Amino acid sequence: MSGYVFDFHGLRLEAQASGVLWWGAGGWLVVADLHLGKSERMARRGGPLLPPYEGLATLERLAAEIAALDPRVVVSLGDGFDDLAAAEALDPLVAGALARLAQGRDWVWIGGNHDPGAPAGLPGRAADSLRLGRVTLRHQAGQGPDISGHFHPAVRLAGERRRAFLLGGDHLLLPAFGAYTGGLLQDDPALAALVPQGLAIACGARAIPLPLGRRRS
Amino acid sequence: MILPPAFQDWFARQGWQPHPHQLALLAATGDSLLIAPTGGGKTLAGFLPSLVELAQVARPDGYLGNREAARGGLHTLYVSPLKALTADIGRNLARPVAELGLGVRVEDRTGDTGQSQRRRQRVDPPEILLTTPESLALMLSYPEAPAIFGGLRRVVLDELHALAESKRGDQLMLGLARLRALSPGLRVTGLSATVEDPQALAGFMAGAAPVTVVEADPGPDPDIAMLATVRHAPWSGGGGHHAIPEVLAAVKAARTTIIFINTRAQAELFFQALWAANDENLPIGLHHGSLAREQRARVEAAMAAGELRAVVATGSLDLGIDWGAVDLVIQVGAPKNVKRLVQRIGRANHRYNAPSKARIVPANRFEQIECVAALEAVRARDLDGDPRGPGPLDVLCQHILLTACAAPFDADALYAEVATAGPYRGLSRADFDACLDFAATGGYALRAYDRWQRLMLRGGLWHLRDARAAKLLRMNVGTIVEAEMMKVRLRGRGGAPLGEVEEAFAASLTPGDSFLIGGRVVRMDAMREMVIEVTPDPTRQPKIAVYSGVKLAMSTQLSHRVLALIGDPSRHDALPAQTRDWLGLQAEVSVLPEPGLLLSESFPHAGLWHFALYGFAGRNALQTLGLLLTREMEEEGLGPLGFLSTDYALLVWSLDPLRDPAPLLDRARLRAGLGDWLGGNAVMKRTFRNVATVAGLIQRNMPGQRKSGRQATFSSDILYDTLRKYDPGHLMLRITAEEAGRGLVDFGRIEEMLDRSPRREHRMLDRVSPMAAPLLLEVGRVPIRGEGRERLAQIEAEALMRDAGLEGIA
Repeated sequence: MSGYVFDFHGLRLEAQASGVLWWGAGGWLVVADLHLGKSERMARRGGPLLPPYEGLATLERLAAEIAALDPRVVVSLGDGFDDLAAAEALDPLVAGALARLAQGRDWVWIGGNHDPGAPAGLPGRAADSLRLGRVTLRHQAGQGPDISGHFHPAVRLAGERRRAFLLGGDHLLLPAFGAYTGGLLQDDPALAALVPQGLAIACGARAIPLPLGRRRS
Repeated sequence: MILPPAFQDWFARQGWQPHPHQLALLAATGDSLLIAPTGGGKTLAGFLPSLVELAQVARPDGYLGNREAARGGLHTLYVSPLKALTADIGRNLARPVAELGLGVRVEDRTGDTGQSQRRRQRVDPPEILLTTPESLALMLSYPEAPAIFGGLRRVVLDELHALAESKRGDQLMLGLARLRALSPGLRVTGLSATVEDPQALAGFMAGAAPVTVVEADPGPDPDIAMLATVRHAPWSGGGGHHAIPEVLAAVKAARTTIIFINTRAQAELFFQALWAANDENLPIGLHHGSLAREQRARVEAAMAAGELRAVVATGSLDLGIDWGAVDLVIQVGAPKNVKRLVQRIGRANHRYNAPSKARIVPANRFEQIECVAALEAVRARDLDGDPRGPGPLDVLCQHILLTACAAPFDADALYAEVATAGPYRGLSRADFDACLDFAATGGYALRAYDRWQRLMLRGGLWHLRDARAAKLLRMNVGTIVEAEMMKVRLRGRGGAPLGEVEEAFAASLTPGDSFLIGGRVVRMDAMREMVIEVTPDPTRQPKIAVYSGVKLAMSTQLSHRVLALIGDPSRHDALPAQTRDWLGLQAEVSVLPEPGLLLSESFPHAGLWHFALYGFAGRNALQTLGLLLTREMEEEGLGPLGFLSTDYALLVWSLDPLRDPAPLLDRARLRAGLGDWLGGNAVMKRTFRNVATVAGLIQRNMPGQRKSGRQATFSSDILYDTLRKYDPGHLMLRITAEEAGRGLVDFGRIEEMLDRSPRREHRMLDRVSPMAAPLLLEVGRVPIRGEGRERLAQIEAEALMRDAGLEGIA
């Protein structure tokens, strides 16, 4: 596997190069910030008309991870949808793909700031947060130890911006998985406050760990 | 029209004689294009008809009180590529307007104009308005446009040759078509420096009626030569530092000198080297596009006040304010393009009918040949330039959206109007409809929602669906797409801004690294948001700033001249002795490239095989060829490791030798490679980013964007990949592919190279050939992508982990 294995408050976890988190012991796959329906929401609100294919692109990548890992539980760590209207107006092709992926597994939608509450008519169940041993799974980092998304963290590596996991003492932050999601660099004050020291794990063809908080940039 | 007595008197009081071309423009009854060298009173020529008309309206019977009743509203619109130029023109016009007692208002309207003035201008426009293409596009997008421009009588387009070189010109011509529709009978005057094909430029600016070309006396031949230097030009590189003593001596002997250098990074380095040798402390300034606006303005002001003896500049000074005192131009590095060289030479001595003086400093051996060829072309008055392609469709997409911002429109009428604009004369209805579909719905093959509508057809007219969209569209007017830049500031509260660097360069910096900006060495301290904080650190060796971005390729015509000169030993007498010997040696060891012959060589060097191809097709085309060839070599198992391209040649290094390049240089095979492999290349992605931004798919400016702190935007590469995968026929991809024929990808010139070279010759050599030797010293090597890039990232991360004492925990 091209992932990076580490321990976090008693859990042995693997940061996959694709940006999903894998807890092998329980067969859990955790993915953050899918932002399905983003192009639809932007178009609806008078913004630019982005290509309406990001849902398919995102789910195709997610399908590859699910096929490889065959998880028992899939957790969407919030902002699975760009907003609730987008969830309800999901392209039938995307909704169909989602239904196929969810078949035979427990699928949990944790609410995010974009999609509080449960999406109607879609597979899976909704939750505000989940517990995994001592660790809380929620959308936005709070009282640690927790695993969260929300910030779309990224790092600069060899002149390129890459999506990244940020691993600190109390918080593990996941990169955004959705195709049309930007990134917030790890030295942004919001992120530096949460993870002042630790590791960033850059996504790409392989998961590449690098140190954080040693005033690199 | 003839020059009225009051104007004749005014000319006489200045001690001037009207130039024949000024009178010719006055006499013209329709649209006209004036081609004149700098210093020929071009701008006054452009405004003279307006001033005469305004004077006549002002005093039909000499009675001043009648004036306000007799006219009103906007009479003349002046468009220039530079904001600075509009301000300068405003000052220059003030004098004749005052001295002739015309009592007309002259105002400018640019991105710098304040909100209240803008609002006032929309209600009560001045008689003469000075603006830029972007501000014009913006003004035309307001519902008041018909009221503002309905009475417009004249348009003056300054530096039209420069505008015509980019999409700004296409946008301007679409705006002009709109103006002509709003105010029938409008007369347009184009002003241009010397160009290779005046008729083509006339066709570019023409509406329904033909344009009269007025060519001013080009003046005496320039005094132009290579600058003799004690030290020889080096084998490679582009610094020109060997000529520092002679350049300083020339500056000393002249009153004011502009020293042109091709890239910003080179300008920084040359400026620093010049100061290191400037024992007499001659006041010398630096001017380029990466410097902070305040800093550039300071240099311009010092130049205008005659306080500087020289300024080191890039293309940032190709246009702009006439500094009458400039009496010498020095071009450091190959000119790449004869027309631009002639226009730069014209910056020296703005006295009409005095020869301009210019000196050229070739920076290396290849450039010595290029400079000799360019001087021959200048003397022969043989200018280069590629014919302009048809008007780009991304610009049309933006125009359609902005048109909708002004008022609902009828598609047939808009098509008819657009097709009167020079660049869009050949536009098919199908292409227009594709652009309209993109503007209206995004133009996606798979379109499931009625929400994908920016424009809606109601009662036969296209309306903006959501009026709020107009604000967003207006915020994104324009066709100039800058690379992502980061500001550089001195550290500390309110630290002075020094300039900008490309984000990719910034990303390669770590705290403690030094680089050059604004002529000084600075140390990077920290990167915050979009600002790099630095402290001055003159003691350090700088890392070279590679923020040059797009490199200008040598023109096709100049390439042909260079090739002809190399291939004809009987003309080598014109070259410096050491260059002559170098070419002589090449003829002995291998063979000289010549017109009709495409020469390549394979030889071992430093444990690797090298393949050199002397294509003379410009650096962009040869870079593309490098990408395509290395891919083919990879497939053939030759193990290519990297390549570099110059304007003259391509050099590829590999584990195994390329023995027969002929099959790889097959045109159809290369074109197929361009389609499927290069499609995913960074150069194509950059082209797509420009296209998608101009067309309005990507919006650079969003309200409150920086405030959120959160990066709301994402990489345009993702849109590109998504479209390629799910909607390969999309209009944006089609436009991107069309652009790839020229510009950065420049595939057209690969084809041109193959077409003009029926003979192919490949030499297997046992060592480096004389012509290949300088290539080995060039910088700008491109590693083969793929695994290499991943490996690079891993190595860097491992080094960081090691430094942090974290190795072995993975």
